[in-house]
Amino acid sequence: MKKLLIIAIGLLLPSIGWSAGGGPTYPNDKIEIDWNDKAAMQRGARTFVNYCMSCHSAAYSRFNRVGADLGIPDELVRENLIFTTDVNGEKTKVGELMKTTMTPEYAEQAFGIVPPDLSLIARSRGVNWLYNYLRGFYVDDSREGIGVNNGVFANVGMPHVMADLQGLQVPKYKTLTDSHGDEQEVIVGFEVLKPGSMTISEYDKTVYELVAFLDYLAEPYKQTRKNVGTGVLIFLFAFLILAYVLKREYWKDVH
Amino acid sequence: MSEKQTGTGFLGWIDARFPLTKMFEEHLSKYYAPKNFNFWYFFGSLALLVLVIQIVTGIFLTMHYKPDGDLAFASVEYIMRDVDWGWLLRYLHSTGASAFFIVVYLHMFRALIYGSYQKPRELIWIFGMFIFLCLMAEGFMGYLLPWGQMSYWGAQVIISLFGAIPWVGDELTLWIRGDFVISDATLNRFFALHVVAVPLVLLMLVVMHIIALHEVGSNNPDGVEIKKNKDENGIPLDGIPFHPYYTVKDIVGVVVFLILFSVVVFFAPEMGGYFLEYANFVPANQFKTPEHIAPVWYFTPYYAILRAIPDKLMGVIAMFASIGILFFLPWIDRGKVKSVRYRSGAFKLLLVILVVSFIGLGYLGALPATEGRTMFARLFTIGYFGFFVGLWWISKNEATKPVPERVR
Amino acid sequence: MSSEVDNSRRRFLTAGTVVVGAVGTVAVAIPFVKSWSPSARARSAGAPVEANIGKLLPGQLIIVKWRGKPVWIVRRDEKALATLSDLGDSLRDEASDESIQPDYAKNEYRSRKPEILVMEGICTHLGCSPTYRPEITADFKGGFFCPCHGSKFDFAGRVYAGVPAPTNLPVPPHYYINDDVILIGEDGVA
Repeated sequence: MKKLLIIAIGLLLPSIGWSAGGGPTYPNDKIEIDWNDKAAMQRGARTFVNYCMSCHSAAYSRFNRVGADLGIPDELVRENLIFTTDVNGEKTKVGELMKTTMTPEYAEQAFGIVPPDLSLIARSRGVNWLYNYLRGFYVDDSREGIGVNNGVFANVGMPHVMADLQGLQVPKYKTLTDSHGDEQEVIVGFEVLKPGSMTISEYDKTVYELVAFLDYLAEPYKQTRKNVGTGVLIFLFAFLILAYVLKREYWKDVH
Repeated sequence: MSEKQTGTGFLGWIDARFPLTKMFEEHLSKYYAPKNFNFWYFFGSLALLVLVIQIVTGIFLTMHYKPDGDLAFASVEYIMRDVDWGWLLRYLHSTGASAFFIVVYLHMFRALIYGSYQKPRELIWIFGMFIFLCLMAEGFMGYLLPWGQMSYWGAQVIISLFGAIPWVGDELTLWIRGDFVISDATLNRFFALHVVAVPLVLLMLVVMHIIALHEVGSNNPDGVEIKKNKDENGIPLDGIPFHPYYTVKDIVGVVVFLILFSVVVFFAPEMGGYFLEYANFVPANQFKTPEHIAPVWYFTPYYAILRAIPDKLMGVIAMFASIGILFFLPWIDRGKVKSVRYRSGAFKLLLVILVVSFIGLGYLGALPATEGRTMFARLFTIGYFGFFVGLWWISKNEATKPVPERVR
Repeated sequence: MSSEVDNSRRRFLTAGTVVVGAVGTVAVAIPFVKSWSPSARARSAGAPVEANIGKLLPGQLIIVKWRGKPVWIVRRDEKALATLSDLGDSLRDEASDESIQPDYAKNEYRSRKPEILVMEGICTHLGCSPTYRPEITADFKGGFFCPCHGSKFDFAGRVYAGVPAPTNLPVPPHYYINDDVILIGEDGVA
C-alpha cells in the first residue's frame, strides 16, 4: 500500500529536471535579487545599454523612468544610458521608450529571428534562468558563424556578446543514465579556454547586476506595490478589529 | 437601525414615487434570514463584492487598453508602467478573476452540502449555474485580451474544441474566430463580448438570482425551512433581519476577504504562475507554441476531463457534460433531507469523492499529461461523474437522521 | 431579543465603522481618479520642444507643436514693433495684467527679446487658432485675427477691446538655449 502511494505521488508531482524532456542544463545556480542595491542595478543598466541594446529593445520602458527609479538624474541618463537615435537620426529623448536602433528587418536577416524585447524577460524566464544563461556560453565550432553554444538554451541564435568580458570556455561532460536506461551526455562544468578581461567572480557579479536590472525592468513598480500593500494591510487589520467589535455588539441580541 | 416611518420629508417624497423604503425593507431590514448561518454563508455577498471590483476595475482598464492585435500586448504594459496606478488596476482585475472563481466554487459547494438547490430553490440554483457559465465565458474571453502566448494558444485550443462537433465543426470554428487563425478579428469580438455583452447578462442574472432567493428565503446549515415556524406577527422565529445582523457580519467577512485579496494583489500578483502565467509575459506569436499549454487554474478540472478521454468528440462531450450535469442537480438528488448534517454516510462519502476528484482533476489539468497522470485523470473523471450517478442512486431511499423542527 | 441594548455604544461603533469604511473607500478612489492624469507617454509627448530660429526671416511666422498645441514663433520687423507702443486705449489688457505669460514676457513686447515673439496660437475665446495678419493698414495695425468670432490681437498677441476674446494670447514658458535655438516648455534658469 505504502509503495503504491509513493508511486502515485511520484506520478502526480510536477516532474523535476530532465524527465520533462529537454535534458539537464548547466550552470544551475540560484540568485536572490537585492532590490535595495540601486547601485548594482545602475551598473546593470549600464551593461544593458552597452551590450544588449544594440540588438534588443526594452520597448515598454522609458529611459527617464529607469533614471527616476534608480536615482540617476536625466542629464546622466542622457550621457551614460542613451546610445540610440530616433527616426530623425537625433539622440533619443530621455522620455522615450527604450527601443533599439536595429530594425526588425535587419535583425531577421542577420540572426534569422528578431531578438526578443527584454522588458519582461525576467518575468517570463525568471532571474535564475537569465543568470545561468548569460554564464552558460561555451565554444562549439560546429555552430557556423556564431562559434558558441549555450548550456542552458541549446542552439540559441544569440552570439556570446560578452565574450570579451568572460573569455571563452569549454564544457566538461559526464554520462548519466536516466530511469529508462537511456544514456545521456550532460555538461557538469566549464574549463577556461581563453580568459577575458574579467575574473570569473567579476564576471558573475557583472551578470548578477545585469539580471538585477532586468528584474527591475520587468516590474519597475514592484517596490511601490509592496509599500502600498503594507499600508493597505495595516488599514484593513485596524478596520477588521472595529468591524468585529461592531458585529459582536449586534449579535448579543441573537446569542 | 430603527424602522423608518414613511410619508413625510424627503424620504416620503421619494417613497411616493419610487419604492425605496419598501425595497430596503424587503431585501434588508425585513428580510428574515436564518440565525444559524455559518462560515459557508459569507461567499454570496463576497461574490457580489468581487463582481463590483471586476466591473469597476474593468471599466477603468478599457480606458487605456487597445483591442488590436498589434497594440494589445503593448497597451497592457502601457497600463502597467505608464498609466498612474495602472499596475494596481490591472492586478486588481487579474486577481479578481481568480478570486471570483474561488468564491463562487465555495459558494456552490455550500449549496451542495446544505442542499440549497433542492425544492423550492431549484431556480436559484439554475440562475446561479447560468451566472457560473457567464463567469467562465468572461474568464475565457478576458484571458485572450492581454494577447500573450498563453492567451493566444489557450484560446486556440479551446476554440478548436468546437471543431470536434460533427458536420459543422470546422465552419463553426472559422465563424467564431472570424479568420483562419486566432487574429485581430477574434480579439475584437472577444473584447466586445467581455466588456459589454456578457456583463449585461451577468448583471441581469445576479438580480434574478437574488430576487428568487428573497422570494423563497434562505436555506441554512440545518436545512430546515424557518418559514414553517412564525410568531404572531408572521416573523420566522428562527429568523433575524438581514440588516443589521448579517450586514455587520458580512462586513467582517468582507474585510477578511480583502486582507487575503490584498496579500495576493500586492505581494504575489502572479501567485506562482497560477493567476498570471509566466508564458503570458511573451507577446502572442502564431508561429511558436509554448512548450506546455495549461489553462488558468479555474478551468483545469474540465481540461483534465477533456484530456482524460482518448477520443476528441467524446472528450469534448464529457467536458461540457461535466458542467451541464450540474444544471440537473435539483432533480438528480431525489432526497428530502437537505443538510449534510442529517444525511447518510453514503452521501458524505460521495461528497468526499467529488471534492477529491475535482481537486485532483484541477491539479492534473495544470500539468503536462503523462501516461500515469492520464490514468489518474480517468479515475477522477469517473469519481466526478460517479458523484451524480451515486447521488441519484442513494437519494431515493436514503437512510437519513431525523431533521429537527427548529434550527439549532 | 435581549432587553439591555446599549444604544449609544451601537451608534458609536456604527458611526466609527461608517467613517473608517468611508476613509477606505476614498483611499481606494484615489488610484482610479489618478489613472486619468496624463500618463508617462502623454508627459513624454508633452516634453519641451526645441525650435531653430536661425533661418527665420523678419515678418515670418513658424509653427511649432508643443503639447499638441500650435506655438507661433514670429520675428517681428521694425514696423511691427513700432505699432505696439501707440495702440493704447484700443487694447483691453494693455499691460497683460489679466493674461497668462511668464514674468519675463510681461512687458510691452510680451517676449524675452523684442523682435522674437513666442506665443500659443489658441484664441482665448473658444479655442480656435487665429490667423497671422502681418499687413499694417489704416483699419487694422496688423497682428492676428480669429476667423471664428472675429477677435483681433496686435503683434504682441494683445487683444483689442470690443471683441469676444477676454484676454491676451498666452505665452508659453520658453528660453534661449543659444541665439538660434529656443526650448519651448521650460523657463530655463533665471
